[in-house]
Amino acid sequence: MSEVATTKRVIPDRLGTKTSRMLASWEVLLFGVAALIFIFNSFASPYFLNAWNLSDATFNFTEKAMIAFAMALLVIAGEIDLSVAAIIALASTAMGAAAQMGIGTPGLVMIGIGTGLLCGAFNGLLVAGLRLPSIVVTIGTMSLFRGISYIVLGDQAYGKYPESFAYFGQGYVAWVFSFEFVLFIGLAIAFAILLHATNFGRQVYVIGNNEFAARFSGIPVERVKFILFLLTGLMAGVAAVCLTSRLGSTRPSIAQGWELEVVTMVVLGGVSILGGAGTIAGVVIAAFVMGLVTFGLGLLNVPGIVMSIFVGLLLIITIAVPIIARRIKEMNR
Amino acid sequence: MNRFLKNREILLVVIIAIMVAGFSTRAPGFASPGNLANIFNDTSILIILALGQMTVILTKSIDLSVAANLAFTGMAVAMTNAAYPDLPLALLIVMAIGIGAFLGAINGFLVWALQIPPIVVTLGTLTIYRGMAFVLSGGGWVNAHQMTPSFLNIPRTPVLGLPILSWIAIVIVLGAWFVLTRLPFGRAAYASGGNPTAAVYAGIDIGWTRFLAFVLSGALAGLSSYLWVSRYAVAYVDIAAGFELDTVAACVIGGISIAGGIGSVAGAVLGSLFLGVIKNALPVIGISPFAQMAISGIVIVLAVVFNARAEKKAGRIILRDRAAPEVSA
Repeated sequence: MSEVATTKRVIPDRLGTKTSRMLASWEVLLFGVAALIFIFNSFASPYFLNAWNLSDATFNFTEKAMIAFAMALLVIAGEIDLSVAAIIALASTAMGAAAQMGIGTPGLVMIGIGTGLLCGAFNGLLVAGLRLPSIVVTIGTMSLFRGISYIVLGDQAYGKYPESFAYFGQGYVAWVFSFEFVLFIGLAIAFAILLHATNFGRQVYVIGNNEFAARFSGIPVERVKFILFLLTGLMAGVAAVCLTSRLGSTRPSIAQGWELEVVTMVVLGGVSILGGAGTIAGVVIAAFVMGLVTFGLGLLNVPGIVMSIFVGLLLIITIAVPIIARRIKEMNR
Repeated sequence: MNRFLKNREILLVVIIAIMVAGFSTRAPGFASPGNLANIFNDTSILIILALGQMTVILTKSIDLSVAANLAFTGMAVAMTNAAYPDLPLALLIVMAIGIGAFLGAINGFLVWALQIPPIVVTLGTLTIYRGMAFVLSGGGWVNAHQMTPSFLNIPRTPVLGLPILSWIAIVIVLGAWFVLTRLPFGRAAYASGGNPTAAVYAGIDIGWTRFLAFVLSGALAGLSSYLWVSRYAVAYVDIAAGFELDTVAACVIGGISIAGGIGSVAGAVLGSLFLGVIKNALPVIGISPFAQMAISGIVIVLAVVFNARAEKKAGRIILRDRAAPEVSA
């Protein structure tokens, strides 16, 4: 026993980055999957390996990925927001209504983002302020936000957006790099810094791992959660600007079912649905994986609703595989 | 007064009565027995689904795949009826319940054996089941003229003044009451949601209980699928899209705690009727049917706020939960 007592024990600040552990990490695994899909797709369809086609393919996921970054933070903190797609619908409807009144592009963008922020603040107030469970609250607000769009629009649609508004969803910054793609990369970097290199990011992890301990360490849990909902609303607003600009019209059914795809992207990216773990890099790769899968299936003429089967399977399998792997490891022990 | 306000069932009965009275000042026939029976009949399917949803929620889970299950099973039943008109209806109903229970069992298995959070499992199976409905039908419709008369007419046949559809709902309500309050499974469902740790020490298999709850919810969705297809006389991929939210809303309004372990059959039924009365009243008082979605949204949010208040003083907390709100206060 004395031997143990005399041995110097060190608790490392971070786990050692052995090559083997790095190779087994979720991000590397996912990257391998992405590469495989890429290779498979280039054999499956002669149209796949073309810079412009690939550039078009990025539109499949850039808007969803923007929301997924903020959602990743929210899920890491142990909460969830199922109302994001409905926020897009409401923000898009608000922009559409403003466009009919002749408001110019800068005003429209501000209205879109402002609506997103307002919706996020509403969710945040209910979850963080009144301490209600986020799943039910956001199921309710999902119905409320999209419901308002239905009240405003009914079976109508808004069109007639100003020409300069089209840039956000259809413009290119340079060569094949669209505005959306560049924005996606910029936001990925910003969120990676926020989550991995700031105090705030650390607090998000702590809340997700042990909210009780977080409170005792003086972390303003409610304020952090409120900010996270605000951020998610903001990103939904930004996505609404891009999507509305890309489609050039607004129907109340816009972005229907996106909340599922965003959550799938986050979970596929290795973020634990129970909170406390995950990286932005994982979400970025997951976005590419999902974009490549749907683009590849599209080139093979698979209808959208069948693709959604793949998305659903992907969601369940990616969560099930690590759990099964852990079980097998425990059994062998 | 305070105790009276805390009894969700009585409160809901009063609110529904006030609503009906209020609407009947605008539309005189609204409170007539015939119209009320109509509203009940119209709400029957929601009641049946809400009872399945309630059982799942009691065990601290949620089933978002009920409507997709209904769409797939309904399509399967309608296509079978169209292809083999000679099959007896009883066999079709057994088939519907069987397919529904099987889809529910898939959810339950993933939750039980792999311990994946129920919301993730059912979000995934929601898209898978509806996608399968598309694969099964090839995107086609099964219309009324392809269905046999008995398939279409039996749920509408009046017996003792109410259509059979309403009677089925009444039987299911009584059955759910019996199962949840008089059988060991009901006890286990309340216990495994109310206090999972204590339930384990009491010898209750939580995983198995959740599995059974999902199977029950799936079976009721299967039964509802036949009722839905027969009532609206059409089957296509998008039937009952988004209806899972209505079932959750009915439960939340009925005072069933989303955290599990709290709720009554009467609550779920009254929550469904509350939504049913609003849905039937909107056209009567001249509000666009498009407003219904927003109204359910507001009602869900209000009900959640209200539930949280009611549950706060439910009992003395001896062992604090790790996320107990008292800590920061």
